[in-house]
Amino acid sequence: MPTPEAAVFQGLSWNPLHDLHELFSYPFMVNALEAGTIVAVMAGVTGWFMVLRRQTFAGHTLSIIAFPGAAAAGLAGLPVALGYFSFCGLGALALAGVAGSQRSHSGESAAIGSLQALALALGFLFVSLYHGILIGLDSLLFGTFLGITRGQVAALLGVAAAAVTLIAVVARPLLFASLDADVARAGGVPVRLLGFGFLLVLGLSVAETSQITGALLVFALLVTPAATAHQLTSRPGLGIALSVAIALVVTWLGLALAFFSIYPVGFYVTSLAFALYVLVRLARAL
Amino acid sequence: MLAHEFMRNALVAGTFVGLACGLVGYFVVLRAQVFAGDALSHVAFTGALAAAVLGVDILAGLFVATVLGGLLIGVLGDRARADDVVIGSLFAWTLGLGVLFLSLFTTRSSAGNGTAGVRVLFGSIFGLSGSDVRTSVALAVLASGLLLAIARPLLFASLDTAVASAQGVPVRALELGFLALVGLVAAEASQAVGALLLLGLLAAPAGAAHRLTASPYVGLVLSALLAVGSVWLGLSLSYLVPTLPPSSMIIASAVGCFTLALAATAPRGRAAGARRRS
Repeated sequence: MPTPEAAVFQGLSWNPLHDLHELFSYPFMVNALEAGTIVAVMAGVTGWFMVLRRQTFAGHTLSIIAFPGAAAAGLAGLPVALGYFSFCGLGALALAGVAGSQRSHSGESAAIGSLQALALALGFLFVSLYHGILIGLDSLLFGTFLGITRGQVAALLGVAAAAVTLIAVVARPLLFASLDADVARAGGVPVRLLGFGFLLVLGLSVAETSQITGALLVFALLVTPAATAHQLTSRPGLGIALSVAIALVVTWLGLALAFFSIYPVGFYVTSLAFALYVLVRLARAL
Repeated sequence: MLAHEFMRNALVAGTFVGLACGLVGYFVVLRAQVFAGDALSHVAFTGALAAAVLGVDILAGLFVATVLGGLLIGVLGDRARADDVVIGSLFAWTLGLGVLFLSLFTTRSSAGNGTAGVRVLFGSIFGLSGSDVRTSVALAVLASGLLLAIARPLLFASLDTAVASAQGVPVRALELGFLALVGLVAAEASQAVGALLLLGLLAAPAGAAHRLTASPYVGLVLSALLAVGSVWLGLSLSYLVPTLPPSSMIIASAVGCFTLALAATAPRGRAAGARRRS
């Protein structure tokens, strides 16, 4: 089997059928496409709620927390996935605590910012203590979309199914609590519990996703397709569907483009998503 | 500890970087724009790598990118109050660009430069030369001076935008100017603690100051003192235990201050929370 490095330099033949066939003839590419599809669906759904709840900063911080998790697991010799999940779970707990205890919006944002900086500082500390994997640092931060195994795809599918199911179960009360927390609370909806549960699911999906895309790029799939969908429609069902669809298209195109060129996947995925967002904003402004 | 030149350089540069971060950070937290600072730190990463790829001075790349980024956030955001979804989408893309530049840089330059990205992300305060120090002192003094010059109207505009604009304060210009200033400080600080960690120096000392006092001028001074103190503590820790990287220790000290401040003011915070729940 050719290595990813060898394959990416082959270039286009400009025959679409042949190129597609080429794309699917490499197992690593099939794995990447499947993983990308799963991640895009999960990120599209959770991201839509994240944007609705104005928790972009919290989401970004959760995605950062995945990095020290992975670094700590590497340092301790434990499975990396364990590090991702335990740190993201702890991070969700801390963020929920922060959101509940602060008196003002500014206090909350300072607390989230400090948490995020601490997470990064810890991550860098662990990496420095664990000498000599500074090259590995790039892949912790930016991911290795092209080195995914069958086992990872299966694990990804399990986590994504759990996350999306959880959100589907609580979708109605969560929507209510996100749109009008006070009325929802008066109506007997457990707003705080839902808020914490949502952060936990967000952390879960971020932890799983960042193993593939790296801690820094999860965020692109979470926020940009969802922001575009929110620009296009305010209807929840349609919005979630759009958000998922945009995430899917962007991921597929990004992977295909990266396959036929020498530039990284992360660049294509974020650029495509952002270009779409800008186009939609412009179209709405006209 | 002071016998080493690298340590003296680090202390001088760190002190001034801390000063600028503490002062600007106070307003960043007051205006709830920590997320904008977060975004600018990622812009700094991309800017520095872009400069490295193009072969121009990295510091120049940092400044151009972060000041432009600050202005862009101000212009795109809803009346410059920095809409978080706009910021999020923008800097997700910035990161993507950063990845592109990183891959261009590492493939183009020969082996041994693989850690360039790491240096930009996490800083190299022990590697500053004498001229680096002079530049960063000058810039920190400039940023602090600019901030203190606009401190009064900015405070007014941050606390009550509507009344301030009715009084003839140029609110919009102040908002844009402030974001450009945050960009300047972000570029300055990413030299010392790295693009990813500067958020800690902006948010944590200022957050602590906000918890400890409601008086703006006391808070401003306190925030600057805490930031400078964190830099000193972090540098000393890193000097005493060489395996600990300085940027991590600086941020850990700053976040430690914030946690202590939270703990010190916790009873009040809990009472407020209880009031809100009832």
